[in-house]
Order: sequence, then C-alpha cells, then structure tokens
Amino acid sequence: MRFPFLGDGSLRRGRVINATILRATFERRAVLIGAVQGGIGALLALRLGYLAIAENEKYRLESESNRVNLTLIPPRRGWILDRNGAPLASNRADFRVDLIPERMHNASATIDRLGELLALEPTRIADIKDKVSTSRGFAPVEVASGLNYEQFAALSVRLPDLPGVVPQRGFSRFYPTASSVGHLIGYVGPASAEEYEKDPNPILITPGYKIGKDGLEKQFEKDLRGVPGARRVEVTASGRIVRDLETREDVQGAPVRLTIDGPLQDYAARRIGLESGSVVVMDCLTGDLLCMASMPSFDPNSFSDGIGSVEYAMLRDDERVPLRNKVLKGLYPPGSTVKPMVSMALLGQGIDPNDTVHCRGGLRVGNRVFNCWNRRGHGTVDMARGIYQSCDVYFYTMAQRVGMDPIAAMARRCGMGEEFPLPVTSQFYGTVPDPAWKMKKWGREWQTFDTVNATIGQGYMLSSPLQLAVMASRLATGRHVMPRLTLDTKPKGFDTIDFPSEHVEYVRQAMSDVVNGPGTAGRARLPIKDVQIAGKTGTAQVVSLSISNGRTGPWKYRDHGLFIFFAPFDNPRYAGAVVIEHGGGSGAAYPIARDVTTFLFDPTKGMEALTALEKQWGGTAQQRLDARYATYAAERGAEVRRPPRRDEEIFDRVEAEARVAATQTEAIAEDVITPRAEANPSATPPATTAVSPEQQPEPAPAPPEVSE
Amino acid sequence: MNSTAARRVVPDAIARQPWEMLIPLVMLTAFGGLVLYSAGGGAMQPFAASHFLRFLVFSVMAAIIAAMPRDVVRAVTYPGYLTVLLLLLAVEVVGAVGGGSQRWLELGPVRIQPSELMKPAVVLAMARFYETLPLGMVGTWRSLVPAGMLIVLPMGLVLMQPDLGTSVAIAFGGVVVMFLAGLPMWWFLLAGGAAVSAAPLVYFFALHDYQRARVTTFLDPESDPLGAGYHIAQSKIAIGSGGIFGKGFNNGTQSHLNYLPEPHTDFVFASMAEEWGLVGGLFVLLMYGLILRWGMKVAAQSQDRFSALLAAGATATIFFYIAINLLMVMGMAPAKGIPLPWMSHGGSSMMTNMICIGLLMMVNRWNQRTPHRGLAG
Repeated sequence: MRFPFLGDGSLRRGRVINATILRATFERRAVLIGAVQGGIGALLALRLGYLAIAENEKYRLESESNRVNLTLIPPRRGWILDRNGAPLASNRADFRVDLIPERMHNASATIDRLGELLALEPTRIADIKDKVSTSRGFAPVEVASGLNYEQFAALSVRLPDLPGVVPQRGFSRFYPTASSVGHLIGYVGPASAEEYEKDPNPILITPGYKIGKDGLEKQFEKDLRGVPGARRVEVTASGRIVRDLETREDVQGAPVRLTIDGPLQDYAARRIGLESGSVVVMDCLTGDLLCMASMPSFDPNSFSDGIGSVEYAMLRDDERVPLRNKVLKGLYPPGSTVKPMVSMALLGQGIDPNDTVHCRGGLRVGNRVFNCWNRRGHGTVDMARGIYQSCDVYFYTMAQRVGMDPIAAMARRCGMGEEFPLPVTSQFYGTVPDPAWKMKKWGREWQTFDTVNATIGQGYMLSSPLQLAVMASRLATGRHVMPRLTLDTKPKGFDTIDFPSEHVEYVRQAMSDVVNGPGTAGRARLPIKDVQIAGKTGTAQVVSLSISNGRTGPWKYRDHGLFIFFAPFDNPRYAGAVVIEHGGGSGAAYPIARDVTTFLFDPTKGMEALTALEKQWGGTAQQRLDARYATYAAERGAEVRRPPRRDEEIFDRVEAEARVAATQTEAIAEDVITPRAEANPSATPPATTAVSPEQQPEPAPAPPEVSE
Repeated sequence: MNSTAARRVVPDAIARQPWEMLIPLVMLTAFGGLVLYSAGGGAMQPFAASHFLRFLVFSVMAAIIAAMPRDVVRAVTYPGYLTVLLLLLAVEVVGAVGGGSQRWLELGPVRIQPSELMKPAVVLAMARFYETLPLGMVGTWRSLVPAGMLIVLPMGLVLMQPDLGTSVAIAFGGVVVMFLAGLPMWWFLLAGGAAVSAAPLVYFFALHDYQRARVTTFLDPESDPLGAGYHIAQSKIAIGSGGIFGKGFNNGTQSHLNYLPEPHTDFVFASMAEEWGLVGGLFVLLMYGLILRWGMKVAAQSQDRFSALLAAGATATIFFYIAINLLMVMGMAPAKGIPLPWMSHGGSSMMTNMICIGLLMMVNRWNQRTPHRGLAG
C-alpha cells in the first residue's frame, strides 16, 4: 500500500512535473499537515485531561501548599518568680527581626541595608555578618529585638527587597533586675544547629524562639518551654501575607517559683559594689535560699540575642571573671570563718569551753612556731574569746588535742565539701582535707602544720560561698538545714539535730560577741534596735608572704575577705555568707553582710546606705556595666576577637578557669600559714583599680575598736 | 451559503462572511478577555480592556487586508517583504547604536516589532516565489536556494536580536510552504535528520545560557525547581489543580497570588485552566481546531498555487503559536516566550495572528469570487 504523502517519489525519477501532479502533491501534503495538527491537538487534549484528572489530587495539594503558609508561633516562656511572686524573668511584647541565611540572596548587602534601616552599630553589623557566614543556613540569626513600631513598619514595607528577613511581633525575655540575676537565672538564646540536629523540632529554628542556655533558664527548660501555637496564612509568591486562615494560640510555659527574694537579691548584688564577690542569704526556718548574688556579672538581657563579640571580649578580659557564678563555682579557703565550726567539733569531743589557753602570739610545736595573727598575744583565751577575738593559738592548741579527723567530720556535717540537691547546672564542692584525703591525692603524710592550717581554714581547705552560708545556718540552728531553691521542694533537714542546744547557744553567744561584744567585727553591728547580728570574720591568704602582704599590690594576690553571719543572734531567722575575692581582708566582707541584713529587717534603712555608696561608685551595678561597655566598645571595639560559636564552649572555658582559680592556694598549702590580722576595719585595699567601700566613712556608728 | 433561502433572509454581504471561523474567533477572544479580567485581579484594567480594544482595531485591519485584490497583493509581496527585512536590519542598527539588544522600533507613538511582521511576510514571499517558479524546476536546486535565502535572511537577523522562538516560527511558516510546494520529500527527511544530529552541537555552542537552561529544565524539570523549572512547575500545578470544572471564575490562587509567572501572557492558558478546568481547556482547543480546520479548508479550496500556499502557510503560522505555547504550559516543550493567539495579552502576537486571519479571509474571498478554474496554476 502506498502512503498518500510519500507518493512523490516520481519527482526524483525525473518524471515530467505538471500542475496536476503538484496539485495532487499539495493536497496529499495538506492532509498530512492537517493530520499533524490534529494529532498535536489530540495530544494536548490528552495531556490536559491527564493533568486535570489523573494528577488533580497531587497538583491540588501542591497548589494548597503554595498558597498556605504555616508558621509556628513561639510559645511565651514561663516566668521565673521570686518568693513573693514578683518576676525575675518575664516576657516583654516587642517587635523583632531575624534573618534566615539560606533564604538570603546577597547576605552582606541585605545586612548593610538592615543596619541602615535600624541604625545598628558597626560592631553589631559585623557580628551579624559573622554569624550568618558561619551558620548552618536554616538556623535563624537574630538581628534586633525591642524595635519600635516605626522601625518595624519601615522594615515591613521593604520586605520584597529583603529576602530572608523575617520581622515579627513576639515576646522577648526580660530580666527586670538585669545583671543582679545574671548568674542565678542564666539567660536564653536561639537553639544552636547542634541542638536542632539532636532534636529536629521545627520550633527550634523558628525565628524568635529561645531556649535556656545557662542557669535556671536551662535547668527548668522543660517547665518553662510551653507549647507553640500555629498560624495558617494565605501568602503570595513573594511571601506577602494576604489573610489569616486559622490561628492556634500558644500555651505559655509554666512559671517557676523560686525561694529567692527578688529585692534582696538585687540589693545584695548592688551592695557588692566595685568588689568581686558573692552574697548568700538563707532562711533558717525553711532552708530557703533568699539571695545568691554573684558580682560582677553580665546582663542576661543583652545575651539573649547572642553574645556580642565586644561584650564577650570585655567580660573575658576582666580579671574579676564576670562570667563565673562565684556562689557555686568560686572556691575559697574559708579562713577563720571555720572557727565556730571547729569549736563545735571541740565541744563535741568533750573539750570544756572554759578551758583556757595562754596566747603569747604563737605556739611552739616541736621546733616550729605557729603564729597567731596577733603577734602580741591574746593572753588567757577560752573558747568564746578564741572565737570573738579569733585567737589562732587557742585553736592550734585544742586541735592538737583532738586531732584532724573530728574536725574534718564536723566540717562535712556543716556542709563543707557537700554537693547540695539544688536545680543548678553545676556546683563545685571544694575540699575538706584529712589524712586519708591527703594520702590519696598527694601521696604524702598528714603533718602537724596541716592540722594547724585546717583549723584556721587555710591549707587545702576550700569551700564555696553557698557552703559557708549553709554552715552558718546549721551552726545557728543546730539543725541539718538543707538549702532549697524552689518553693515546691520540701524543707529538709530540720528533723536532724546536729548539735546539742547548749553547744549551739554557746557558739551563738560567742559569734554575737564578734560583732556586739569585744570582737573582731564591731562595725558589723546593725543600725537597728532589738536585732543583733552574730558572725565570724575570715581573712584568707592566697599567696605566700614573700609575694604579697595581702592588702596592697596586684589585686589577684590580695587576701580574700569572708564573713559568715546570722540574725537575730538569739533566735536566728536568717543566715548567710559574704565572700569578697581579693578584698584585702574580712573588712571588705562584713560591712556588706551588715547592710544586707539591715535591708532584710528594715529595707528603707538598708537602701539609704546603698544609695549613698552608689553615688560614690558611679551608679548601680547595671549602670556601671553599661558605661563600662560603652567605654570598652569605644576603645577596643575594632580589635576584638570573635566569641566562640557555641555558648557551651564559653561555659566550659569559664568552668575550667574556675577550677584553676580554686587551686591558687595549693601553692602555699604545703607550708605553715602565718595568719593575717583578722579584723582590719582600717585596712584599705589599695585603690589602683577599685575603690573599696571601706575607704569611705562608715555610716554606722563607730563601735569600740578592738585591739588587733 | 449560496442557497436561495439564505440569500433571501440574510443580506448577501453578511452571508458571504466565513462565520464558521468568525464565531469561534470571537468566542475565543471573548473568553480570553474573561481570563485576562481575572488575571487583572478581577478588573477590566489593565489587561482585558486593551485586549478587546486591540482585537477591534486589528479586526478592522484584517477586514482591510481581506478586501485586497489578488493583483495588488502579488505586486506588493516582494516590496513588502523587502521593507520588513529592512526594518529588521534597522532594529539591529538601532540596537547596536543604542547599546544593547532590542526587538522593536519606536515609530512615533507605536512600537512595532518587525520580527512579528516577518512571519506573514515570509509566507507571502514564499507563496509568491513558488507561484512564479517554473513547474519544471521544482525538485532542482533552483527551487530551493532562492527560497532558502528568503527564509535564512530574516531568520539570521531575528537570531541576532536574539530571539530563537520567533526565528523558528518564521522558519516553520516558510518550510511548510516549501513542503506544500512539492519539493522532494527526501530533502525534508534529510534536513530533519541533520537537525536531529546537529541538535547537541547547537545546544552546546549556539545557544545562550538562558536558552540552554530552558532546554535543561524541559528535559529535567526537577533540576531547578526554584529557578527556570519554577515556571513550568507552577504552570502544571495551576492546570492540574483546576481539575475538571476549575476553581471558578476569579478564584485562581496560582495566578492571583503570583505563583504563576506571566499569568496574562505566556501562561494565560494555565490561568484559564486553573479557573475553568478541563472543560475550559477543551473549549479552547475546540475553538482553535475550528479556526485551523477552516484555514486548511480555505487552502484546499484555493484555485491557484499562490492562494493555496499562502492560506496553508498562514494557517501553519497560527498553528505554530498555539502548539508551542500549549506544549510549553503543559510541560512538553521548553519555555519559549511565545504567546497564545487571541488569549494572551499583547499587541504583537494579536497583530501577527490577525494579519494571518486577514490573509485567510482574503484568499477565502478570492475563492468565492472566482469560479473554480480547474487545475490552472
């Protein structure tokens, strides 16, 4: 059979071509062309039917997923409340902007444009660029929060030109007392890429979603988190929202109620002033931790959008380690603050408190002489005098009688070396040395001087401010008080009686005499009628006498100042500890304890004292931190190194340094400590960098001076 | 049509008109206007009103063309072709002087695109050439080389613009005329074979990057879902999500929320199918089928070689637009930038297609005027 359109082979064979043949060819080929057209038409119709019927389901879904955008609404974080229900961490409604690096076309230009629109500082812009270039693409990078409405609106209208920029209304974490709670509460921040990979929950990479990074924010993450909401919106191809389709509200996270007294925490933190140190106050009736202040600190508000490189450099370079929580991770030789505890051990071993020792300014054991801090000697000293005058010779002598083991056991019973069941990310528990410990750790025999050092809280003995506060409350109550940090935990330890009540009363009275009697801390008396504070001073030497006299010279060689206290002395309600690092002696510590206790009983009076001091210091702790940052940024802003990419690296570094810092006194532990003058109200920590509050005239009435 | 009954009721001038084409054409254009109304956000502006206006203007033009006598057309064919060729050259010159390529000339208030005019001009010139070529020369090189020049010259100029789609359209019209003029079949098979084997060379050496991207995307649409493949993917989503009856007039989300690129020009069919579904799509295909069938019928009824070749060439030119556009929006051809006749918003394609319609009506009129002259060429 001949194909109709292939029939023109005749032309090739040179047959005569005439009009008829051409017309026939035309008609055949026209039919062919018509057939091709019809064929393509049929093909198109089939294809159309296939798309519209067979694949309808698939394409309808795709069209819906084009049209509808599901956005997660970050849940509002639960509040962190103090014991009275006042927020220590709350949420503030604000406008914020984030970047999603993988959606950006020209990251650098977009960030510059944002910097222009929002008037960001150059260092901040550099930080953002750095973060965008090292981020994983899907993880949002915060540009700014707390924008005003005008900035937000200005940004929103330019969105089509700024791909990858996500402005939104949301809530950001707010810490009303800022740096005062920095170490205690911690801070929040966006989840890192590693955290997202571990838990690939889309909420983690939702812009504006923050998780707890440190402190209680991290510890209570599960409770505080809440349930995200969702919003279905119709969007155009360029991402403009046309209308809301459906919204499911978020569920706010549960609040966490702390035992902390917010105003007290703030007061104590501010009262530390220019010093570096910590204040812990406990409720003797419940074990509630009322205050765990550690200063200097950082502002958790400014950490929540990531730690800026300038800020990080400033905090890193500070020898007062603002990143270390000194309440939990500062370890110090407790110094003479252990003497009430040692007394309790002596009483427990049957030593009669009225037994006296004659102090001539030193004690000769064998061929070595152990000095008392008072080289002229205290004369005849009984136990009470040994405490309130802090006579070292009394304790040297008595410790020789009972040996180290009962003392070490008592130290542990009082909380030294103990790890408390608290919801904190980590706590150091220090060292209570005894012969077995020394052999295990150093492979050396226990020596006489080890006992001597330990009885005055030096040598290998190390404890944290929290442990000292627990010790104070156990001594004050005679009960095995356990600290607690949240109101929903049960008070514990009150059914365990540690010490007989006559011992407790004896020690209480002696500790009261430290302040209210002929003791070493007369200036710690409360400016309040009817309430008397009891305490014990401590001055801990950190380097040998050949390096520093402890009061002047390089800051890091100066003595630590310590004070443990409780009040009222006869019926203790509050107990606590103040530790001032390198404060030059206990004189740096007990005025703070006095003012903090004053604030507990009479806030107005306490506040007056602080206001006067802060005038001299140049503002509140937060104001000074801000000012310092401004100066630092202006001076060194251009040359800072960038902070570690992961916050965990910062924590690890801070913790490692804290461990190293705690070993500072090991160098002198293998020698006899020559105790420093105990109470030194006249001691003036040299004012090279810090102005000690003790340089200023004391507002409290000058108590009778104690001979040193 | 020539029945006495019809002549009595309807005036002859009206009865003579090719209603079997005009009715589908008007329906198609009206439907196109409806789709553009929706694509314009549910308003006459900016697309629908100008679409109707252009159709009216170019209808008048088509009527004028349809009224042209055969001898005049024969006389002006070559000068016309030459003029358009010179205009194309002018585009190149202006483009070179102005720095940067362009495809149009500004003549006062009108902007004309000579490459569009060239499509019917090539068909006319080719038809004229094969009319005058002595019959005995069909099958010799003399039937091929001059005609080839008529195609290659404008093609080259359009390619330089660069506009691959239009130059292929020009070639398509010309080659269809050659095919129907009776050139040996094996030439076409040979050329087709050569084209297939040369395709890889063209792909790697002759195409621009964006053209290559279109081809790559066509062959593998998943390769770049947010770039070049995005257009076709979104078009398929629009058509597929329309289903049988569509989402309803003014309810298309793909077009209204800007997911569909160019919902009023290249992808007007997808806009339509989203809202009107398979039913609307089949209606459009049917209308095109009727128009093209009429065009081929006009060609078949032509008495002389010129008219027959001209009518078939004009029909092929219209067909080329329709086929490439629809194949493209359904994901069966690379994205080309070729609009859909009488539905897409745009003056140039409306003009070209209405010129072709005008030429077909003209040939149709000649066919009616002249009694069948038998087999005379």
